[in-house]
Amino acid sequence: MKEFTYEKVSTIEEAVSAASKNENARYLAGGTNLLDLMKLEIEKPAHIIDISRIGLDQITPTADGGLKIGALVSNTNLAADKRVRKDYGVLSRALLAGASGQLRNKATTGGNLLQRTRCPYFYDTNQACNKRNPGEGCAAIGGHTRSLGVIGTRTECLATYPSDMAVAMALLDARIETLKIDGTARSIDFKDFHQLPGETPQIETSLTPGELITSVLLPPPLEGKHYYHKVRDKASYAFALVSVAAVLQPDGSGKIAVGGIAAKPWRSEAAERLLPSGAGLVAAKLLEGASATEENKFKLKLVENTIASIITQNKA
Amino acid sequence: MKFDSPAGNNPTDKQKVIGKPVNRIEGPLKTTGRATYAYEYTETEIKPAYGYVLGAGIALGEIVKMDLEKAEKANGVLHIVTAENAGELDTGLFYADRFLAGPKVDHYHQAVAVVVAETFEQARSAAALIEVEYKKQNGSFDLEASLGSAKPLEPAPFTPPSETRRGDFEKAFEEAAVTIDQTYTTPDQSHAMMEPHATIAKWNGDKLMCWCTIQQINWGVRDLANILKIPAENIRLISAYIGGGFGGKGTVLSDLVAASLAARAIDRPVKLTLQRPLIFNNTTHRPATIQKIKLGATTEGMLTAIGHESWSGNIPGGRTEAATTSTRILYAGANRLTRLRLCELNLAEGNAMRAPGEAPGMMALEIAMDELAEKLDIDPVALRIKNDTQVDPENPEIPFSTRKLVECLEQGAEAFGWSKRNPKPGRVKDGLWLLGMGVASATRGAPITKSAARVTLERDGTILVQTDMTDLGTGSYTIIAQTAAEMMGVSLESVTVKLGDSLFPESSGSGGQWGAASATSGVYAACVKLREQVAQQLGFDIEKADFDDSKIKVGSKTYSLKKAARKGKLVAEDTMTYGDLSKEYAQDTFGAHFVEVAVHEYTKEIRVKRMLAACHAGRILNPKAARSQVIGAMTWGVGAAMMEELVVDTRLGYFVNHDLAGYEVPVHADIPSQQVILVEDEDPTMSPMKAKGIGELGLCGVAAAIANAIYNATGTRVREYPITCDKLL
Repeated sequence: MKEFTYEKVSTIEEAVSAASKNENARYLAGGTNLLDLMKLEIEKPAHIIDISRIGLDQITPTADGGLKIGALVSNTNLAADKRVRKDYGVLSRALLAGASGQLRNKATTGGNLLQRTRCPYFYDTNQACNKRNPGEGCAAIGGHTRSLGVIGTRTECLATYPSDMAVAMALLDARIETLKIDGTARSIDFKDFHQLPGETPQIETSLTPGELITSVLLPPPLEGKHYYHKVRDKASYAFALVSVAAVLQPDGSGKIAVGGIAAKPWRSEAAERLLPSGAGLVAAKLLEGASATEENKFKLKLVENTIASIITQNKA
Repeated sequence: MKFDSPAGNNPTDKQKVIGKPVNRIEGPLKTTGRATYAYEYTETEIKPAYGYVLGAGIALGEIVKMDLEKAEKANGVLHIVTAENAGELDTGLFYADRFLAGPKVDHYHQAVAVVVAETFEQARSAAALIEVEYKKQNGSFDLEASLGSAKPLEPAPFTPPSETRRGDFEKAFEEAAVTIDQTYTTPDQSHAMMEPHATIAKWNGDKLMCWCTIQQINWGVRDLANILKIPAENIRLISAYIGGGFGGKGTVLSDLVAASLAARAIDRPVKLTLQRPLIFNNTTHRPATIQKIKLGATTEGMLTAIGHESWSGNIPGGRTEAATTSTRILYAGANRLTRLRLCELNLAEGNAMRAPGEAPGMMALEIAMDELAEKLDIDPVALRIKNDTQVDPENPEIPFSTRKLVECLEQGAEAFGWSKRNPKPGRVKDGLWLLGMGVASATRGAPITKSAARVTLERDGTILVQTDMTDLGTGSYTIIAQTAAEMMGVSLESVTVKLGDSLFPESSGSGGQWGAASATSGVYAACVKLREQVAQQLGFDIEKADFDDSKIKVGSKTYSLKKAARKGKLVAEDTMTYGDLSKEYAQDTFGAHFVEVAVHEYTKEIRVKRMLAACHAGRILNPKAARSQVIGAMTWGVGAAMMEELVVDTRLGYFVNHDLAGYEVPVHADIPSQQVILVEDEDPTMSPMKAKGIGELGLCGVAAAIANAIYNATGTRVREYPITCDKLL
């Protein structure tokens, strides 16, 4: 871990102001990912702005009948919130499928959106990684790729984004509210938030330097049955090989989002329109343009089968 | 005391304390955080400095240049140990690995430097400032690709014969009515124990003291002396509590060497732990195997030919994973062949991990038996019972001392409800889940080895036991206390046990499932001597004495035990040694595993629903501790069957998933109801304790039982562990 300076701020405005004054600053919320990465010197911030006391820890109803989730609401509290459990079951289930009880107690809504990849080559600073050192190359290509991405990947990067929560939020068409260092607020469409690697895999979101996530807006509840199926080698405490969030109607129509296969939660409205026609067509459309490796091509079949399983349950 | 003829009646037969399911005597210390582990000692008078190991960034090659300047100037840095300033080092006598790279690098994450600083954070941060320039060399990292260079084994300690034969295997296999000929693979695995390797080293002149975490204290002293080239008598090691080891802390590893060298260099105590991501490639692991099994049987299911060949790899000088061990003794069959071959690989050193050889061997053999049962259309439990043997099948003149494999299979099948299994795979469904049941035999050797202890009758009538035996969470403290309490006729509360200090008499240490039987036998020997001293002090005939309730009854007379120490405490020390009974009898432990699994019809996720183990392993010294050992081992079996795999990057030459996010082990949610049946047994050929080890038996066969259950559920036979959903899709 590199030495860093630390300050604790008490308001949102103080937070962005601190960020504007310090290059290479990072906000510290739950710290469940950032601190690990700092110990490994994958993250090397010069300045830490502790935002754990700036509020943003409430879930409030919005005028249009949705919910506003403060960026510092813990994953535990979000999953347990009565309104979330009742009206946004897919989100509660996705949250509870992630990490462990201890981690969810610390992890925050905003932090979860900024989780970095679990690619084993990203985690080993002896190996080439375009995310850590742009231009260095990607050791994962040709290596151990079982857990890595199958779509939207590039020769520069095969990483996946590991969040479960975000898969559900993508499905729900959530919006992300932020405050920039110049004091302006904006609202970002969920689908525009996470970035595919392109030629710049080090850029993972559309946030500008120092921009602070203040809340996540959920639109009014989605009627229908809510599903979150996370497939992994063990029953708990593992990242998804593939996960599928779905809200389905009795007639078989609905929405789906897929995790574990790309640098962002994966959705396709064209694929969703095919839901009444069965998992095979949905998966084929959803995974158009996929480029899997020998080790992870099973994910293509697994996506289809997981969707098929959900459709079967919806019919039952 | 030498044990050279089968035990008759002795004071342990009373089983007033021995054989009772008592709680861990050190349990309250652990649950309240007062049991001191290696990294937690605060007994050095000077505040220790902190060491941090920098691992090599390449798999094989040379260090061309190492720039230490930035690191040396960093805040708090006191010293940096490298091969250039460490002095000449040797290796230990158990592990073949060199602990410090330079100029040659033998494997990934081999230590290239040890940074010593005032704080842990300073040491870690400075380590990242060291710039190392390497010259890479091509190496062998792929077992399958290296099979062509495989060699027979050189005779060495802990190395079985390279080949064993009986009858004419080739002819019998050729002529057999029904045959199985399959290849199975098991991956490299990591011990992944909870407590990382850690040491606090302190020098006083030329005397070295280390608080450490190793399983065999006296091997540790021997090996550290050899590595540092100092006399063994100058070394004291303390390892009173160990947070899991599983063979991965057998003796000296890099933390002990690094801390010792660092402390010597700065003339101040140094505290050091290996960071988790380093452990997987820096220390040892269980080597991967490729196994070919050929079975031939009559149509009635009698085995006529049993052939098992296994290949594994290791660094030069490293041992073989002896995966054919169980196959040599498990089933009858007149024509037999086993063969072990070793390839040179440039990964980290492969070495002992819980049931070395036998665990991966049984993972393969017991799938093969399931395949044979199916081909024969015989129930897999019945096939195993049919091929039971009461003599060592390689040496039929040698009987098993005790062998209750059949009883384990029968009692296990009954309790598990095996009769409800549908032998046709893929036929039982519960909603979206396919259900299946599997069985496997279990066997593991029952080695016993010399072990010493010192037992003291204190003036207050209590008993103190001292031995350098260790407790890895296994229950050593408790069974040793039970032994002393039984022998001296006192309550468990009157016994204090001190373990894990090299000043104490040399024990077996913990490893190879020999600890429980060996260490308690050493305590037995010392107690026999102490009883004689008591008899002498009080003037009674030891042959007629009954030690009970802190008193000794001799005929109509009763003596107080405490009185024997009225003039001063009595101290007795002895070593239990062994004659040839282990050559006259085949001494092994046996069991049977039953598993029910559910496999998701669509995603092929696998969940274990129920597990049952029936085990016999001599006299059970403490059924509660024994059960804990077995359920822990069954949990290991779940890991081995379904998730554990050190993934080799065969281009870069290292285990890629070198942390606990990447190397997955079971969590609570993976472990269902576990039932353990301890089949009654006493083995008088082992020692006066009549006991055997059980901690490794519980693992052998579990993974195959799961594999067989997955087959029964799905109809897909997977022969490459771990069995994950992608292999079933």
